[in-house]
Amino acid sequence: MKYYRAHVLICSGSNCAIKGCRSVKQACEQEIIRHGLQGEVQVVDTGCLGLCDQGPALVVYPEGVMYGRLTPSDVLEIVSEHLLKGRLVHRLMQQPTGPAGEVSPLSMTPFFQKQKRVVLKNCGLIDPERIEDYVRAGGYTALATALDVMTPERVIAEIKQSGLRGRGGAGFPTGRKWEYTRVAAGQQKYIIGNADEGEPGTFKDRLILEGDPHLIIEGMAIAGYAIGATRGIVYIRGEYELSIHRMELAIRQARENGLLGEGILGSAFSFDLEVCAGAGAYVCGEETALIESIEGNRGEPRFKPPYPAEKGLWGQPTSVNNVETLANVPSIIEQGALWYRSLGTPNSPGTKVFTLTGNIVNSGLIEVPMGITLREVIYEIGGGIPDGKKFKMAQTGGTSGGCLAAAHLDIPMDYDSLQSHGSSLGSGALLIMDDTHCIVDLTRCFLKFFVHESCGQCTPCREGTPALYHLLGKVSAGAGGHADIQLINRLSRTMQSSSLCALGQTAPVPVLSALQHFWPEVEAHLNGRCPANKCVMGKAAGKIAN
Amino acid sequence: MAERQANSSQRQMILPFVDQPGGLLKALHALQNASPAHFLAPSDLKLVAEVFGVPEAKVWGTATFYSLYSTSPRGRHIIRVCESAPCYVVGAMDILKVLEETLDVKPGETTGDGRFTLEVASCLGVCGVAPALMVDLDVHGNLTRDRLNAILAEYA
Repeated sequence: MKYYRAHVLICSGSNCAIKGCRSVKQACEQEIIRHGLQGEVQVVDTGCLGLCDQGPALVVYPEGVMYGRLTPSDVLEIVSEHLLKGRLVHRLMQQPTGPAGEVSPLSMTPFFQKQKRVVLKNCGLIDPERIEDYVRAGGYTALATALDVMTPERVIAEIKQSGLRGRGGAGFPTGRKWEYTRVAAGQQKYIIGNADEGEPGTFKDRLILEGDPHLIIEGMAIAGYAIGATRGIVYIRGEYELSIHRMELAIRQARENGLLGEGILGSAFSFDLEVCAGAGAYVCGEETALIESIEGNRGEPRFKPPYPAEKGLWGQPTSVNNVETLANVPSIIEQGALWYRSLGTPNSPGTKVFTLTGNIVNSGLIEVPMGITLREVIYEIGGGIPDGKKFKMAQTGGTSGGCLAAAHLDIPMDYDSLQSHGSSLGSGALLIMDDTHCIVDLTRCFLKFFVHESCGQCTPCREGTPALYHLLGKVSAGAGGHADIQLINRLSRTMQSSSLCALGQTAPVPVLSALQHFWPEVEAHLNGRCPANKCVMGKAAGKIAN
Repeated sequence: MAERQANSSQRQMILPFVDQPGGLLKALHALQNASPAHFLAPSDLKLVAEVFGVPEAKVWGTATFYSLYSTSPRGRHIIRVCESAPCYVVGAMDILKVLEETLDVKPGETTGDGRFTLEVASCLGVCGVAPALMVDLDVHGNLTRDRLNAILAEYA
């Protein structure tokens, strides 16, 4: 193995790629060669560092200095100053220096200090396209442990004891899902990794797949062993080109190294994995719709029961788990359920990956222990609201989540606390909005999404979403009255109780939370006034754009 | 004659998917990717129905369900502007308006020279750099009015 005196880790996730990390990397490599440093400094592509707003970004080790918002010409300076002469380039640094000019470790900066990285442990540290890097970071030892010293029942017991709950939105206990699938009768069982990430504001699964694809393979192989599945499918959104590429590459590498295929690691367990690309439909994130899509049909949710654990893909017992859920599994097997329970809250153990978007200084990807407050996330990790504006509201859990006001900044972020305030943890999307926005205008925007994404199969959702959108349009135009609000309430309750799947059941959540937490502002619209001055009063209401 | 040849090459293209479980979507992907106008023509859908031995209605139903398939011809490049909440909050509607004016089309329409089709899309999953749009498979983020012309110029 070759040793280098310094490593340059360049974030190659989608968000940085958009900002030009390719040309930054090229410039870096050329400049290193020009200075004859290629034998001393290694340039490595890594996964997301989390600070998407500051991309393209790179970290120079061993010092752990992060440089951000780079252009190719900035890189010339980093190479000639930092890598050649050992002088820090302060103007490009993303972390403070101490009194003697010493660099505080990246982990001590406000952005990273409160984070706890379990799922993202390797993101930004290893090259996701090299299986050697993953193995060197301790990868595949959990799979070896499971196959070597644990029975499938023992694996399930450990996951149950850890209290791991589904990270896709519903929060169902993962161990129980696996147990149901294990005991169900069937010839061929399946494990499906759900990466059909369509919830607006969510991009965690994309960055996990791009940053550490072998972690998902390992998690799925352990899941397959536990439930008795020899085949797995990772269903990835069609738009996620880089995720699909890296996952397919990782699968090939795992096969070549005997970590997928017949008799894995000398055991009697055989397991293989394939990628299935989606074709663009939010509803396919719902597990039975996803199964329909894999089978080559319209992605319409099925009636439940039977649940997929009993009759899933091709009518066989199937466990569908979110990518982030699966990414937790190797760490739990390696470090134990008790360790996992030491993180987070009693009812929501572990960590959660959140994506910060909207009016926030540090938009990007973070992982924190469950139970952290919204205030800590926004003001300490997120750096607060930009441009001197004031916090108005946060929508948690994506577009199907509720809107919380300033009064809720101190509630703990976990499954149950958020639910008791009319919102949800959901997929971990956090949309922050400043005081220039109008609650009615935003709620219309949320509903427009559901009008478009409703699959049309069941009536409450197909008819309910456009009706809600229309009514909100009326309110927005100052043409609504109290009778319309009553109708919105009644329609919302009907959709929640009678829609076939979670899409129709959760579409009214942002509306109801808006009425509950922002009533004075909604009421002002009934009196012909938009306090934020966003809504155009008197404009013809209700036409649904496609 | 030319049409028959095209038909036969398309048939060859989708034959490998017939025996694959769930191969219908893959066949539709393959046909659309091979179409110069980036769409599934009625003749394509008829062919899929025939080769897979399923009703034509099922093929139409599937093709029109997913947003990545189109059943009408599109321009050389497809612009998909995200209008979901995280992009909306940071000005996606201004971006869409500028594009509508610059290209002189509404969402769903194609420019007169056949260069661009403008579409609106649900969340593209790059909200860390919102507002964002995709042109074909490239994602562009942190959009501002001023950057749009330079982005469009990349696509001939």
